[in-house]
Amino acid sequence: MIPVETLVKPAKEREFKVNPAEAPTEDYHDIIFQLEKEGEWEVLRVPEPYIEVETKFGRKKKIPIEKTWHHKSCGQCGHIPGYSTSIFWINRKLGLDYIDPTDQTSCTAWNYYASATSNVAAQAAVAMRNFAAAAETGYFPLIHCGTSFGHYKEVRQELIHSAELRRQVRDILAKLGKKLVMPEEIVHYSEWVHAMRHRIAEMQVRDMSMIAATVHPACHYHKLVREDAIYDPEIYGAQRTAIITATLKAIGVEVRDYSTWYDCCGFGFRHILVSRDFSRSFATQRKIEVMKEEADPDVVVTHDTGCVTTLDQSQFAAKAHGRNVGVPVMSDSQMAALAMGAHPYKVLQLHWHNTDNKPFLEKIGIDVEKAWQEFEEEVEKIKRGEKQYLTWEDVDA
Amino acid sequence: MALDLSLNRYADVPYEEKERLFNEVKQDMRYEEYLYGCYECGICVAACPSARFYDFSPRKIAQTMAREDVETFYILLNDSIWDCSQCFSCDRCPRQNSPGGIITLMREVAVKNGLASAQQALEGYGRIVYKIMSTGTQVSPDMLQPNAFPDWGPHVKEISDNLDLWRKALPPETLHTTETGWQVSDKTIIELYLIWHYTGVMDMIKEVDEGLFMILADVMEERLEEEGYDVTFD
Repeated sequence: MIPVETLVKPAKEREFKVNPAEAPTEDYHDIIFQLEKEGEWEVLRVPEPYIEVETKFGRKKKIPIEKTWHHKSCGQCGHIPGYSTSIFWINRKLGLDYIDPTDQTSCTAWNYYASATSNVAAQAAVAMRNFAAAAETGYFPLIHCGTSFGHYKEVRQELIHSAELRRQVRDILAKLGKKLVMPEEIVHYSEWVHAMRHRIAEMQVRDMSMIAATVHPACHYHKLVREDAIYDPEIYGAQRTAIITATLKAIGVEVRDYSTWYDCCGFGFRHILVSRDFSRSFATQRKIEVMKEEADPDVVVTHDTGCVTTLDQSQFAAKAHGRNVGVPVMSDSQMAALAMGAHPYKVLQLHWHNTDNKPFLEKIGIDVEKAWQEFEEEVEKIKRGEKQYLTWEDVDA
Repeated sequence: MALDLSLNRYADVPYEEKERLFNEVKQDMRYEEYLYGCYECGICVAACPSARFYDFSPRKIAQTMAREDVETFYILLNDSIWDCSQCFSCDRCPRQNSPGGIITLMREVAVKNGLASAQQALEGYGRIVYKIMSTGTQVSPDMLQPNAFPDWGPHVKEISDNLDLWRKALPPETLHTTETGWQVSDKTIIELYLIWHYTGVMDMIKEVDEGLFMILADVMEERLEEEGYDVTFD
C-alpha cells in the first residue's frame, strides 16, 4: 500500500502560489489593445505616474495616482455623503488633481440587479457614455461604487466578446456625438486607497493602533470578474482579496478575522428597498453578530455603498430586540481620512450614519461633543445666511 | 413560504409558451458564459444568502436550465427568481456557472414579457425606477423619510428635518442637491434619455407598469422636445 503522506503534502507544508495561467479568462489587456488596433474603439490609457498592483492570478494592474475622474455612487452621495467627501478630501490633502464631474450618470446597475428593467445594450451604453465623458476631459475614471465597478467589469467582458454589442453601442454613442472608449483599467476607488496607503500612512496624524476592525469585502468587488481584484501574498496569503485589510494595516489598525467574511451583507438590491426584513436579518445574524461574537471589533470597515448602508442601518431594529449588535460601520476612505486628521462631521459626515460611533471616536482621542459643536457652528452660519455652503476652505481651516 | 414545484401549478399555461420564454433566456448572448453544466455539489447554495432565508436554491436554477426542464423553469421564473440577492456569491461554482447571472437573464425575460409575477415583485419599486431613469441617480437624499424607513430608527427623521442644511454643509459642490444624489448636467440627462430610447428600455417598463411608463414618457418626451428631439415612446 502506498503511504498517503508520499502523495499528499501535509497542509502546513502546502504553499499557495498565484498562477496567471489559472485565470478563468484571457487577459483583457491584450484584447482591448488588439481591438484598438482593429479600429473597434480607443483605449483610454492610465495616466502616468501610476502604481502597479497584482490581481488574483498575478496579473499586473495599473492604478492612477491623479488626473482621476470621479464616477460617483448613488447610495454614497444620496444617503452617506461623507463616504465620497472623504475620497475627495484625501485627494486634496495629498495635493492631487481630480475632477468631480456633473457629466456623469449612475451606472444604473443597482436598479438593473433589483428590477431587471433594462437590458445588456442599455447597460453597456450607459457605461460607455460615462467612459467617453471621462475621456473628453482628459482624466481617468475612478469608480466609487463596488457594484458599478463589478458591473463595468462585466460590461467590459460582454463588449470584448460581442462584435454585435460593440457595433450597437458604438452606433448609439455616435448619435450622442461620442466615441467608443474603453479604459485601460477599470479602477475602484478602494484600489486607489490601497495603492496610496503608504502615502496616506506618511501623513497620518491620529494613532489608530488601539483600534480593532473587521473587514467586509464587497461581493461585487471580488466575486464579479474575480480575476480583476487586488490580491497580495502578504495579506491572507493571497487566498482572499487584500483590499481594505492592507490599507487598515498600513495605518496601524488591528484587523480581526471572523468566519462569515465571504458572506454578502444582505443588501440584495431590491431587498434593501422593498424586502428589508431579509436584509436586516442577514446583515445582523450572519455578519454583525458573528463579528461581535468572534472578533469584538471597534468598527466594521467595508468599501461599497450598499454594504455600509445595510450593515449600519440594519443594526437599529436588531438592537431594539436586544441582539448582540452595536458596531459602527465606515468605509476605508473614511478610516483613511480619519487617520490623516479629517474632521468626523465636516468631512466624514458621521451624523448620516446610524449606529453609535462615539465610543470608537473617543477611543482614538476625539472629543466628540466639541467636534459636533464645531460642525453645528458651521450649520448655524449657513442658517443665518452668513455663508451659503460649507467649503473645502472651511474644512481645511 | 415553501416553493411549490408540483407541475400542476401552472398547468393552464401552454407548454409552448413556457418553452418560448425558456428559449428567450437561452438566446441571450450572455447565457453560454453563465452555464457550463452542474456537478450538483451545492457549493452555490452554501454561499447563497437567499438560500438561508427563503426556499431558494441557485443549484435548482443551474440544474433546471442544464436539464432543459421547461416546466420547472416556468415555476422558478414565476416563484423563485425574485428572492435572489444578486450578490453573485454563487459564482464560486467549480464549473464556473453563474446561477445569479442566469437569474438576471430570467428576470429580464419576465419583465420584457410582462409576467404577473414580475409586476407583483416590482410593486412598490416604481418610484425607484422613476428616479433612476428620469434623474440619472438612483437614491436621493429626500428619499430619507421616516415613513419609508421606520426600521432605521429616529435618525432618519433627524436627517429629514435637517436635510437642506446638512446638504449645504457638504464641501463637494456637486452634493448640495436634495432631489438627486449629485448634480447631473442637463446635457447628460438628455443623453441618458436617448439611451433609454435607442435600447428599448421604455418598452420593458410599459410591460410591467403602464402607469409608470406614462409618467416617464411624459417627462422624457417633454425634455427631449425642448432640446429639439422628436421622440415618442409608444
